[in-house]
Amino acid sequence: MRAVVTVTGTDRRGIIAKVSALLYERNVNIEDISQTILGGQFAMIMMVEAAENDEDFIALAAALEELGKSIGMSVRVQHAEIFDAMHNV
Amino acid sequence: MFGKNEVLETIDMVEKEHLDIRTVTMGISLLPCIRATAEETAAAVYDRVMQKAEKLVPTAEALSREYGIPIVNKRVSVTPVSLLTAAFPEKSILVGKALDRAAHDLGVDFLGGYSALVHKGTAAYEEIFLRTIPQTLAETERLCASVNVGSSRSGVNMDAIRLMGEVVKETARLTADKNGLGCCKLVVFCNAVEDNPFMAGAFHGVGEADTVVNVGVSGPGVVQHALSFVPDADLTDAAEVVKRTAFKITRAGQLIAREAAKRLGARFGIVDLSLAPTSAQGDSVARILEELGLSVVGSHGTTAALAMLNDAVKKGGVMASSRVGGLSGAFIPVSEDIGMIEAAEAGQISIEKLEAMTAVCSVGLDMIAIPGDTPASTISAMIADEAAIGMVNNKTTAVRVIPVPGKTVGDAVEFGGLLGRAPIMPVHGGDASKFIGRGGLIPAPIHSFKN
Repeated sequence: MRAVVTVTGTDRRGIIAKVSALLYERNVNIEDISQTILGGQFAMIMMVEAAENDEDFIALAAALEELGKSIGMSVRVQHAEIFDAMHNV
Repeated sequence: MFGKNEVLETIDMVEKEHLDIRTVTMGISLLPCIRATAEETAAAVYDRVMQKAEKLVPTAEALSREYGIPIVNKRVSVTPVSLLTAAFPEKSILVGKALDRAAHDLGVDFLGGYSALVHKGTAAYEEIFLRTIPQTLAETERLCASVNVGSSRSGVNMDAIRLMGEVVKETARLTADKNGLGCCKLVVFCNAVEDNPFMAGAFHGVGEADTVVNVGVSGPGVVQHALSFVPDADLTDAAEVVKRTAFKITRAGQLIAREAAKRLGARFGIVDLSLAPTSAQGDSVARILEELGLSVVGSHGTTAALAMLNDAVKKGGVMASSRVGGLSGAFIPVSEDIGMIEAAEAGQISIEKLEAMTAVCSVGLDMIAIPGDTPASTISAMIADEAAIGMVNNKTTAVRVIPVPGKTVGDAVEFGGLLGRAPIMPVHGGDASKFIGRGGLIPAPIHSFKN
């Protein structure tokens, strides 16, 4: 399924490396990456193709959250559908 | 497709502005559970609720994780219990307790439907049922009760209203050790809806499908935040901002509702377009009205601002969902909205102003603590006023007041959790007992005859 990984927090070295390594280990394909600095806050957005299976997806979400804690940032993964629904008529 | 700004906007809505799905409520018909005795009916009711809603909580939790939107409450609504116990109404409490046990075992915070629909007349078995409400609410934890006492089509049942004043008082008395907490779980309606996902007034109407998922969204903080970017906009433009924001919020609700229904093997019912506050900072309907330019909610101008807000929320929401319903309006519960709590504490808002506000929004005099010595007839009169507003304006209105035993104006009361805290508000001292004592039915207004 299409999903969106977002990383927000204070910019530091190695963020992309760590997040993409975790995605690679879990067989998640990254299709697009963009990043931006908003008011001193770093934000990275990745479009990914993740497992269809709900259990795998929830496990991925938990692993990313854990990684976020270890590097002091917020890392989440969400179904892309939620953004489509909220921002497109 | 969507851009990175939209992704970040959604994340900010959740993390900074309290966007959430307030409730995923599963409506379950219990009509197949009617048996010859109360004991057998209670057993059948427990089994059916447990079977139908078995996966409700884990499914909602999984959806919340996958879509990144908090789902605050998981709830169940059922067929009005008075219909199930018509042959043995004095034993209705057995069914109520079975439902409470099911709610506990399922892990849902509230279960609604200890209800009766008496808007055109009270049958003998319904009167007995209504009198079981105080004890049932005192001996259960998660069960909610509601009673429909009027409708635009049939008029207002003043006999039922007279009785409900007494029922509210008795409920407060039996839960006096918890500041009358039982009354927080008791709503008296006019024009009650059959698909309301919000508590305490949810029940599963007899016109509904067997099992239905209804969703209530929240997001007053999101609306307030959006309005903060247009501090000098005129009210036409401000209404547009509210509409666009309501659209986004409702779309999130629609997506969750459809997906939840699919996974639970139920029918997608409705999305309720209400803006539901909590007592947390930044999650207040009152603050939206203040953002529009009122120094404090309750001042002159409050009713107009609320009318604009309520209408704009509906217009944005209707476009966003294939099926809308429930109460669909801005909620203004006094104890559950930080802006309302503060205005009430400062003496800036009165019950009279709150009553006026209910003419342009849902749902009524909601979560208002009043002096414990308020006479039953005065509570009945408050219910009658609200029912009249609902009947004449073709809208749902309700009363959920708590006559807090032993407390009076100047005291405050804490109900805890989502139910919040409230100062005791003064009620008018005039005596309505002769009016309430008359009973009978206030006839339906002439404009109700549309056939």
